[in-house]
Amino acid sequence: MNINATFLGQMIAMAVFLWFCSKYVWPPFMAIMDERKKKIADGLEAAARAEKDLELAQAKSTEQLKEAKEEAAGIIDQANKRAAQIVDEAKQQAKVEGQRIIDGAQAEIEQEVNRAREALRARVSEIAVAGAEKILEGSIDQAANEEMLNKLASEL
Amino acid sequence: MAELADAAHAAAEHGAELTVQEYITHHLSFFTFGRIDGHWAFAHTPEEAAEMGFWAINVDTMGWSVFLGAAFLLFFRRVAVNASVDNPSGVQNFVEAVVEFVDARVSEAFNYKNELIGPLCLLLFFWILLMNTMDLVPVDLLTTFGFEPMLHTVFHIENSPFKVVPTTDPNITMGMSTMVFLMIIYYSIKNKGLGGFLGELAFHPFGKWMMPFNLIIEVPTLFAKPISLGLRLFGNLYAGELLFLLIASMLGLWQLPAHFVWAAFHLLVIPLQAFVFMMLTIVYLNAAHEVPHH
Repeated sequence: MNINATFLGQMIAMAVFLWFCSKYVWPPFMAIMDERKKKIADGLEAAARAEKDLELAQAKSTEQLKEAKEEAAGIIDQANKRAAQIVDEAKQQAKVEGQRIIDGAQAEIEQEVNRAREALRARVSEIAVAGAEKILEGSIDQAANEEMLNKLASEL
Repeated sequence: MAELADAAHAAAEHGAELTVQEYITHHLSFFTFGRIDGHWAFAHTPEEAAEMGFWAINVDTMGWSVFLGAAFLLFFRRVAVNASVDNPSGVQNFVEAVVEFVDARVSEAFNYKNELIGPLCLLLFFWILLMNTMDLVPVDLLTTFGFEPMLHTVFHIENSPFKVVPTTDPNITMGMSTMVFLMIIYYSIKNKGLGGFLGELAFHPFGKWMMPFNLIIEVPTLFAKPISLGLRLFGNLYAGELLFLLIASMLGLWQLPAHFVWAAFHLLVIPLQAFVFMMLTIVYLNAAHEVPHH
């Protein structure tokens, strides 16, 4: 149990081990643990950020939904209005068209009546001449009386 | 730890009958290599080892010390190389727990920036822990059943001891504490300057007019640091080993429960002494960085 060169040997061994430990063992573990710390901190921060983003997105989506509903209601309203307008217009147009058809029909009827009257008039003058011929039996010059007869016919 | 009662007798049957005293002396001596009678050889007896003087080496404790230190550092290095940030393996978790424990102690007690303190404390703590743990190897296992027969055949040395607990060798513990002492001196001079360091010794408790008295107090205090650091570790482990030897040599079959009880108690001493050595190293080196305010 006396002090000998083992004492120096242990000092040298310790110096070599200290060099190895401080160069190849300690730093990698420090680096790994620091990196893990950083990763966990980043992860927590990202989670907090994501939560905030989610909240924001939810608020935004609610607002957008509300807007869309309002817009849809507006569109439906407008469409209803426009439909009523179209129906009104169609009614108006139908009325006008109906009136036009009625008017045309009346004009045609009138025209037909006139034409019939004209034809009747012509026929009456012929009948009157024929009747007069029958009455006078040729004693009357047809040429001399024709003017008088036309005048008579036009007065009908 | 607990070995058979026969072990003592087995050892005793080598050569002549060994008395209890001879048995214990045998177990407390080292397997020493040095210069004797003009040539290099292994010591056959403790007397021969003492005769070799300073230039001899305890091959058993030195070998175990270097083996344990190298084994644990290479193992830690291998874990560091294969380490992953996201998916640590079980071994990596264990090593990281050790590193983190040491790092926490350093950041608690060491208030300055020094990249060497962390690795130094990791080395001291785990190395001493391993060397102390060798105390749980049964005292007669290697000497009687393992190395001793091998030494007989290889070196023709009869009845040679072969220690397994490096920290029961004062050379080992004082070697480590002296390294710590050299670091204390180095960092004291580096941080305080040579004048500041010597000034602390000469003018410290009572001012410059009491300089001789100050020196009488401060110089032994300074040297007490490495001596107490090394001898505390040595003393605790030496006492533990001695008690194992007494139990093994004197109690017959009753040594089995006695070994168990003492080993269970020693389980507390083993990490505690490693921890104390590390903590005191931190405290001493912290003091070496403290620059007094003027």
